[in-house]
Amino acid sequence: MMLDFSVKMKTESISLFYDKTEALKKISLAIPAHQITAIIGPSGCGKSSFLRLFNRMNDLIWKARVTGQVYLDAVPLYDPKIDVVELRKRVGMVFQKPNPFPMSIFENIAFGPRVHGCHDKAKLDEIVERCCLRAALWDEVKDKLRDSAFALSGGQQQRLCIARVLAVDPEVILLDEPCSALDPASTMRIEELMQQLKSQYTIIIVTHNMQQAGRASDYTAFMLMGDLIEFSSTKEVFTSPKDKRTEDYITGRWG
Amino acid sequence: MKRRTRNATQSLAFFLLTICCLLIVVPVIAIIVYVATQGGGTISWQFLSEFPKNQAREGGIFPALLGSFYLMIGVVLFALPIGLLAAIYLHEYAKQNPLTRLINLSIVNLAGVPSIVFGLFGLSFFVLLLKMGSSLLAASLTLSCLVLPVVVTASREALAAVPNSYREGSLALGATKWQTIRKVVLPQAWPGILTGLVLAVSRAAGETAPLLVIGAAFSPILPNSPLSQFNAIPYHLYVVATQIPKMPKQIQWGIILVLLTMVVLFNLTAIILRIQLRARKRRWGL
Repeated sequence: MMLDFSVKMKTESISLFYDKTEALKKISLAIPAHQITAIIGPSGCGKSSFLRLFNRMNDLIWKARVTGQVYLDAVPLYDPKIDVVELRKRVGMVFQKPNPFPMSIFENIAFGPRVHGCHDKAKLDEIVERCCLRAALWDEVKDKLRDSAFALSGGQQQRLCIARVLAVDPEVILLDEPCSALDPASTMRIEELMQQLKSQYTIIIVTHNMQQAGRASDYTAFMLMGDLIEFSSTKEVFTSPKDKRTEDYITGRWG
Repeated sequence: MKRRTRNATQSLAFFLLTICCLLIVVPVIAIIVYVATQGGGTISWQFLSEFPKNQAREGGIFPALLGSFYLMIGVVLFALPIGLLAAIYLHEYAKQNPLTRLINLSIVNLAGVPSIVFGLFGLSFFVLLLKMGSSLLAASLTLSCLVLPVVVTASREALAAVPNSYREGSLALGATKWQTIRKVVLPQAWPGILTGLVLAVSRAAGETAPLLVIGAAFSPILPNSPLSQFNAIPYHLYVVATQIPKMPKQIQWGIILVLLTMVVLFNLTAIILRIQLRARKRRWGL
């Protein structure tokens, strides 16, 4: 398969082991810059584990072991010399369940810049406003920035989490089933937001919702039992899949 | 007929359960009421603020009260940082390995060691080996060892109650582990940690045996440095109740009431902290 795009991140025969089980099997995949790449597959196929390789969140899981390499531009992420903290600043992540901190809306967004050393009040004000605007949240929160983040609805909380990620100015945004806890209207808003963000960021989204992948992504990777089965433009994967298993999954014959 | 016996069994069981609950509550209330009525008359500003006279048969308990106060400050100063940092290490950093298992086992066992053993340890280690003498410092350190398991266990539970999603969220933003602990985890865990600390201090406030061994001083002298001799309420009570002939009863009741009030106040503080924690959680919609 010939794909023509500039590569932002790529994995090279990356494997992930939990203890002795091989959760991901030698996956090589290139992620196009400034595009939305969807990773789909049935529950337990390893798509979330795969996503977590891109910002080394698997490091937190005890007994998880990785072989192979992931590159951000030309930087090898699984190099012993790499600064994981710096990496996570460049590759942000939004989780399945909205997880705002138990702080005010303002503090949530200012958290990232603060841990990276920005304490200038005017600068933080500017960052919070800019990120809320970009995350399509500003109109809903501008009068209650000092209120608890938990007072927001689930969809607003998730957009707050996106704004929080934007505040550290990442290059890549990883979204781990960001809409699975949201209603259809909130889901739509997140999908629109992704379209607005892709001109500035590279987006990788894990989803179990095939309609979402079809609607909202430019490229799609289909995974099964720790293997990458197929990767191509979303249009191609959904209209003329090369692999029988992809076709079966997409047409809803199982999964 | 059958139904009636079943109902009767049920009533009987309910009756027994109620009695058992009352058996727990009644003695506590009885003790408090009895001590309050017996000792209430003795308590006055003079009793709390004056020096003992005539071998403590007259006058007040000020030196012992102040000594207990200093001891408690010492316990907070030593037990809180050591216990909290140990808990942070064990919960946030340590992996499961033989060393951490050994540490965990030690903590559990430490909690079951009788207080007199801590006293003897304090005597041989702090008082004699480290040459601190029978001082406030030695007693504070000994009591800190005694209550460390309480602080560690409470702090660990408080840390464990903080949802992992907060940690992940913070780390994913490029915060270091230490920044995550300091800015996200600890603010959430504080009320639980403080509750544990207050209970630990309350336990230390009532301990008598270690002070007996370390050598508190039944003297009307105020401690003026960490290495001074000192008196403390439980030790004062012990001497007054057992060592001094012709001791007026109301003095003893007064001291008991003071000690009991101290412990009850500490426990009330812990309860209030817990209520506030729950209220805050509700306010944040957790």
